[in-house]
Amino acid sequence: MSEQDYVEPATVGAAVAALAAARGSTRLLAGGTDVLVQLRSGRVRPDLIVNLRRIPELAGVRSEDGAFVIGAATPCAVLGEHAALARAWPGVIEAATLIGSKQVQGRASLGGNLCNGSPAADSVPALIAAGAVALIDGPAGRRECPIEAVPAGPGRTTLAPAEILVAIRLPARPVRSGDAYLRLIPRTEMDIAVVGAAVNLTVDAAGVVTAARVALGAVAPTALRVDAAGAALVGSTLDAAAIERMQAAVRAACRPIDDKRGTIAYRTQVAGVLAGRAARIAHQRATQGGQA
Amino acid sequence: MNDATHAANATGLKVVGQRPIRPDGADKVTGRAVFGADVHLPGMLIGRVKRSPHAHARILRIDTSAARALPGVKAVVTSDDFPRVGSEALEQGEGSATLVDVADNCLARGKVLYAGHAVAAVAAVSSEIAERALDLITVEYEVLPHVIDVEAAMAPDAPLLNERLFTAGVTPRPTTPSNIAQKTVVARGDVAKGFAAAEVVHEGRYVTVPVHQGYIEPHACVAWAGADGQHQIWCSSQGHFAVRAMCAKVLGLELRDIRVYPAEIGGGFGGKTTVYLEPVALALSRQCGRPVRMVMSREEVFLASGPTSGGVVEVRLGAMKDGTIVAAEVTLKFQAGAFPGSPVGAGSMAALACYAIEHAVVTGYDVVCNRPKVAAYRAPGAPIAAFGVESAIDELAVILGMDPIDLRIRNAVKPGMKAVYGASFREIAFVETLQAIQAHPQYRAPLGPNQGRGVAAGFWFNIGGESSAAVHVDEDGGATVITSNPDIGGSRASMAMMAAETLGLPIERVRATIADTTAIGFSALTGGSRVTFATGMAVVQAAQRVVQDLKRRAALTWECEADQVEWRDGAAYCTDASKEVAPLSLRDLASRSARTGGPISAEVSLNAQGAGPGFGVHVCDVEVDPETGRTTVLRYTAAQDVGRAIHPAYVEGQLQGGVAQGIGWALNEEYVYDAKGVLQNPGFLDYRMPVASDLPMIDTILIESAPNPRHPYGAKGVGEVPIVPPLAAVANAVQRATGVRMRALPISPPRLLAALDGEG
Amino acid sequence: MSRVRIEAVVNGEPVEFLGGTRQSLLDALRDELQLTGTKEGCGTGDCGACSVIVDGRLVCSCLMLAPEADGRTVETIEGLAKNGVMHPLQQQFLEQAALQCGFCTPGFLVAAKALLDRNPDPTESEVRYWLAGNLCRCTGYDKIVRAVMDAAAQMRAAGGAR
Repeated sequence: MSEQDYVEPATVGAAVAALAAARGSTRLLAGGTDVLVQLRSGRVRPDLIVNLRRIPELAGVRSEDGAFVIGAATPCAVLGEHAALARAWPGVIEAATLIGSKQVQGRASLGGNLCNGSPAADSVPALIAAGAVALIDGPAGRRECPIEAVPAGPGRTTLAPAEILVAIRLPARPVRSGDAYLRLIPRTEMDIAVVGAAVNLTVDAAGVVTAARVALGAVAPTALRVDAAGAALVGSTLDAAAIERMQAAVRAACRPIDDKRGTIAYRTQVAGVLAGRAARIAHQRATQGGQA
Repeated sequence: MNDATHAANATGLKVVGQRPIRPDGADKVTGRAVFGADVHLPGMLIGRVKRSPHAHARILRIDTSAARALPGVKAVVTSDDFPRVGSEALEQGEGSATLVDVADNCLARGKVLYAGHAVAAVAAVSSEIAERALDLITVEYEVLPHVIDVEAAMAPDAPLLNERLFTAGVTPRPTTPSNIAQKTVVARGDVAKGFAAAEVVHEGRYVTVPVHQGYIEPHACVAWAGADGQHQIWCSSQGHFAVRAMCAKVLGLELRDIRVYPAEIGGGFGGKTTVYLEPVALALSRQCGRPVRMVMSREEVFLASGPTSGGVVEVRLGAMKDGTIVAAEVTLKFQAGAFPGSPVGAGSMAALACYAIEHAVVTGYDVVCNRPKVAAYRAPGAPIAAFGVESAIDELAVILGMDPIDLRIRNAVKPGMKAVYGASFREIAFVETLQAIQAHPQYRAPLGPNQGRGVAAGFWFNIGGESSAAVHVDEDGGATVITSNPDIGGSRASMAMMAAETLGLPIERVRATIADTTAIGFSALTGGSRVTFATGMAVVQAAQRVVQDLKRRAALTWECEADQVEWRDGAAYCTDASKEVAPLSLRDLASRSARTGGPISAEVSLNAQGAGPGFGVHVCDVEVDPETGRTTVLRYTAAQDVGRAIHPAYVEGQLQGGVAQGIGWALNEEYVYDAKGVLQNPGFLDYRMPVASDLPMIDTILIESAPNPRHPYGAKGVGEVPIVPPLAAVANAVQRATGVRMRALPISPPRLLAALDGEG
Repeated sequence: MSRVRIEAVVNGEPVEFLGGTRQSLLDALRDELQLTGTKEGCGTGDCGACSVIVDGRLVCSCLMLAPEADGRTVETIEGLAKNGVMHPLQQQFLEQAALQCGFCTPGFLVAAKALLDRNPDPTESEVRYWLAGNLCRCTGYDKIVRAVMDAAAQMRAAGGAR
């Protein structure tokens, strides 16, 4: 009798147990928009595929005291249709709904986008800028960590064997906050980001930035949180000098590669450009009444 | 022979020029249409190909024994299963290849010449088992140095692909082998004298890289060998007679022993005018007697099917201050890929065809390199040559301070002139096409910051050639048109329309089908913009014969002379007033056909001459983001000298589709190779073709002031011209928007930004 | 790869078939159910020729495994016309010559239907961005966009009932 090579557990616990008990290699399957491509190319040949689609905890969005808890396997298209989420976190949502095509968004999830470990993943910089937290379950129980602690390098995460990302929590939002995500792609859709930049700001009643987080994608082996760039904006009204200081910090943080999508010089320069533009959009959203 | 009464400027046409729904359309919008990969036969096996990982290597040994032994594997082939063949030139429409090269490209013999070159193939009961079988085939290679770049391949110390290739077209004949397969020269006048008289001289070097036709349907076929030596092939191709011929010749079979059924084809653009899978599938099927399906994956399409050349275009123009171009010198260096046969010859002839330049020389080099052998791609050679020439002319316009259309009008060829490449132009409307763009509202639309407008022209010969068509009338007075040209762009609609017009039937009573190689006479490929012209001509002649036959039958019925019968609006009228007979409709005559001689049908085979060349003029507005180098196309209008648009919507579609391909070629499409000569972007993710949100509406102007009198309805070929102008139209627009001249394609954001920052 | 029993509703009909645990839904539709209208253009979710609607959501069937169809509804191009009557999108595509070779057409029609199911009055830009996941190499998209917008107008005028 051949061993099962495909299971659809009904709970997180059952999924963790299936992973832990597997004798060979395993792969989790949520939307499948990365896994199926890798299966086809032979890049992965898992002995066991664990499909997460029947686990209620992994699908859907719920509010918890102003925070949003997003099931890690929720399709991005569903997130895009969530009005409250889009109002509170337009940057995160625009990042999530830039992934691939409408077809891809019908299946792709934030969890998959994060755990696939691509340095260019669109949703990761926006989640980092948002201060999102990863909720993880595994053989050792539940734990939490900042989103930026999950990617370890191209194609790798810091998840321990048999751990599963269960949900992503976006913190409660102070008033007058706004976020934005921009990416550079040669076409208008369908490309992997050559550079991605996310900015999340809070301003006071006078429009002065009181908190800022800046994160970049596709310019390092993992998405980067650039503290110096956020610091450059704090206390400013996003005047030209502050933007330039931020851009310089962004460029200094970049450690990209030359590949078929972009060069080191190009990525570095454009990272600064996009961060500046994203900052302006986030500031506009914050001052126009960004809310919790 | 054409009926001159159907003169090109005939008015009162009832069907031609309208926009009916194509007769095969319902199948395509319901999913019922059968493409190559949709064919399913009982007992069908799945075939897969093992491909070289190396760009250039000698094959030392292939061991297929473990693959043959795997349960579920029914056949395995290598080039040992192909006979040795000679170097006769093959009919490939606008491609050019020899038999031995086509055979060696299907399965490598002795050497692999590009990463992706096929070395063996298996047929098995499932794709899973076929893939495992491929892994079990071991190939020992001796890896050799490789060369990809065209000028690197031309260098005397370049790694040689073929030690028995000597440059043709050079005297005395060289004794050292070379990667330069051929040198061609097209010339007239005395360029030295021309340049000496010029008041302004501009020189430029323009570079393009390889791009793919990008058809959405991968190559697909099913082959089924018969135990009696009679075989069948179903395939998506641009010419199933050509597929029959190539399979027969590659495998050493007789043409009559292979019957090829045309599946619907999901795009070709020239790329499906040769064979990759069909001879291999047939060889596998002959080994085991079962049908074998072979379908390329998208990766295989990029790795191993024929894209077009990359090229270097060096242009030197000499002009007077009033804009008259008095001398032109162009050098084209085109990559042919692994085997000789780039479109440099056609590119050389087309390069200056738009202009009445007295002194000109165009030198072309066909250069092999370690990439897949190129196949035709829509006006092969002309877009690359036009990128250089039309960019250079634009640079000249800037130097002279002239409007770019005025400069072209000043130098445009007109009826009665002789082209640089030798042909005489008769009914052409290039000047009118230029003027149409100048008069179009886009030409005057205001431009904002970082926006620019570019203009470019293009030319293609269009061909005629051999075609067959039959028209059958049914007993209830409907008709069917049968041809053997696969329908890529909606040609069945035009065939039905031309037959309907000639017969005097409404279009709803006419059907059009595409028959297999036994059911209709020979037709050359669907390509060269020839189907509406040449096959249309055969259709009309067949319909005219039917009309003559119907008149004869009416005369018989009325007992009058044949010349007393007139055919009008689908019925016969007796011109002898004394007869007092009612008209006989086609339905009336068809219902009694047995009494008047039997079934009513006619078949015509011809070799159409007198195809009309086409001219296109495009205007493109772009906006460039100066901080990222990203280019957006804001507006685009394409005008073209089409003769007569049989079905205007499908003619517009040809223009729009060619424009979209040209924009992709200009902005983002390219083959990316690594240092080992392996393709890095064999997929639609990183081979970036335009998507719907990348493009604006594409306005079209169909110029019908110069119909082709050699076609019964005045049609000229239209499908290829549209891809010729966009490369330079985009580059010229970028120059006007930014002040920076991009002489290398694609104008991708990193390259444009580097140029804007003064680094490029 | 093992094979599992899959029960789904395809184009309104309950079906039962065996699918492989590493087989794509696209291959299962084409090879197990003989619904060959849905096409493979790339197999990697980059061209949209394999578009289907699963539980009301537009997806690429090449990016789903066959077992994932179990318990779900799937709509393919074969289900667009009802009882032999073409959907306004199909009719508009024909009338406006919004197809040439026709290979991408099933994917475009399914994707466009998914758009109009959600947004009966899209702007040109919304149509283009929604259809960005469907590649066409023949038409340059112009007539496709017009056909979708005209079908939308036709459906709004008819009360949108479908």
